[in-house]
Amino acid sequence: MSTAADRSDVVGMDYLQSVPRRWVTIYIPIGIFVFVLLFPFYWMAITSLKPDAELLSREGNPFWIIQPTLAHFEKLLFRTEYPAWLWNTVIVSVVATGLSLVASVLAAYAIERLRFQGAKPAGGAIFLAYLVPPSILFIPLAAIVVKLGLFDSRWALILTYPTFLIPFCTWLLMGYFRSIPYELEECALIDGATRWQILIKIVLPLAVPGLISAGIFAFTLSWNEFIYALTFVSSSEVKTVPVGVVTELVEGDVYHWGPLMAGALLGSLPVAFVYSFFVEHYVSGMTGSVKE
Amino acid sequence: MTALEKFQNNRNALGWAFMLPAAVLLLLFLTYPLGLGTWLGFTDAKVGRDGEWIALENFSFLVGDSVTRLALFNTLFYTVIASILKFGLGLWLAILLNKNLPFKSFFRAVVLLPWIVPTALSAIAFWWIYDAQFSVISWVLTQLGLIDRYIDFLGDPWNARWSTIAANVWRGIPFVAISLLAGLQTISPSFYEASAIDGATPWQQFRHVTLPLLTPIIAVVMTFSVLFTFTDFQLIYVLTRGGPLNATHLMATLAFQRGISGGALAEGAAIATLMVPFLLAAIMFSYFGLQRRAWQQGGDK
Repeated sequence: MSTAADRSDVVGMDYLQSVPRRWVTIYIPIGIFVFVLLFPFYWMAITSLKPDAELLSREGNPFWIIQPTLAHFEKLLFRTEYPAWLWNTVIVSVVATGLSLVASVLAAYAIERLRFQGAKPAGGAIFLAYLVPPSILFIPLAAIVVKLGLFDSRWALILTYPTFLIPFCTWLLMGYFRSIPYELEECALIDGATRWQILIKIVLPLAVPGLISAGIFAFTLSWNEFIYALTFVSSSEVKTVPVGVVTELVEGDVYHWGPLMAGALLGSLPVAFVYSFFVEHYVSGMTGSVKE
Repeated sequence: MTALEKFQNNRNALGWAFMLPAAVLLLLFLTYPLGLGTWLGFTDAKVGRDGEWIALENFSFLVGDSVTRLALFNTLFYTVIASILKFGLGLWLAILLNKNLPFKSFFRAVVLLPWIVPTALSAIAFWWIYDAQFSVISWVLTQLGLIDRYIDFLGDPWNARWSTIAANVWRGIPFVAISLLAGLQTISPSFYEASAIDGATPWQQFRHVTLPLLTPIIAVVMTFSVLFTFTDFQLIYVLTRGGPLNATHLMATLAFQRGISGGALAEGAAIATLMVPFLLAAIMFSYFGLQRRAWQQGGDK
């Protein structure tokens, strides 16, 4: 007890807990959580570097590599269409995110600040749209995509991803716009600014954190999207990474675990990388949408 | 005043103009397909062929179809078990992360990784972890002497169900934990100090301080969690494609198999439509749960 009480970093009533007790109730459980949550990534990484002989052997310790090799990455990058999938995913995610952000900023500003007649029902409709899952939309959407002549093109994905991006981004941005004081807009109106100028010069610069949150979130959602990309695209050169890895790298009954894991790892790194720079924005985006 | 200036000062005209891009995209690719899907369920449309109205024929077939009934059971089982586990473990993790830890922000960042990585790709890692011949879990258990034969994780119906649930829980915990953590951080420490002075045990503090104050956020988080789980597709598609013996088929994977792979567009749409009542029930449940809380706390929401 006394040792814990002497430590300067204990806050609140934590001093009531002894050090061994803290180990059992906090450190060990959290260690197990972190281990379980991260183990599949370690496993992905180590499998992608193992030669086939080590992969398909029950001898030895599977947790370590004896002779690491880059052969799986070499196969993935030079003998499959993986680079094309990566490029498709980047284009589709960036364009869909940009499109959704523009539409969402305008919609959120109109609902939250222009207060036109019907703004409230429009806000409610946006929230309901957020609750419609892709799993019940993909079949009729496939029929529409075919009718519009978009089937098997990147446009099929760029135009359908906003169905789940716009509701989310609009909802998030509405919260941010609400926090901007009315007085700023009123001053600008008195000085003769138009609504458009107010949006561009006053509201948007103040809502930059919200824009980043919405953008990061939308980007990862598009990057991770699977069911639309699986349904609306069939030729290999327009596939996205998640779909390409799942459908093209599995040949018959022979599973090439090395390239599969290398593909999964490389496909996960970009989102993990973007996320690592904007953790706070990402978390505030996620929790912000829940707290509203 | 020119017409343009008039337009710019009319908030109704301007409001609808600003709504236009979002409205067009959502009406065309969300509202219309939602209606079209329901309509397709009442037709006999196939891929590449417009269907004709056949009333309830699809639904009466599906109600009698043993695979559909099994898929409905699987979906409910999967949703209930996975949601309970995600809630319990997620709440526990949130409470742990809310304590004063060294490297707190690092832990919080790392814990979210399973949520942000593409599910289809992490499912591939689980596929390899669950491999019948080279599973690392089997290897460890064998070394510990707990089992003598490798476990057939995805080849046996009940093993496959539990394995897919485990993978789903793995992916869903971070969302629940981080969202609930945001809720925990809004609870003032003085409540805990006051209750401690009154002699409350840690369990009593959790039961009578933490839980009531967290209920509104729990309701929202769990609604989303249930929605995601009930309509899950990618995890099952990658791990089992619904097998073995349809034991892990969910409504979404069955709709895909019948509607897209099998070409029976109308039947797939009917299966997807069957999910709607369950989703509505989940939303209503949490919405009214939420209202009750807000009313009890004197909120005006």
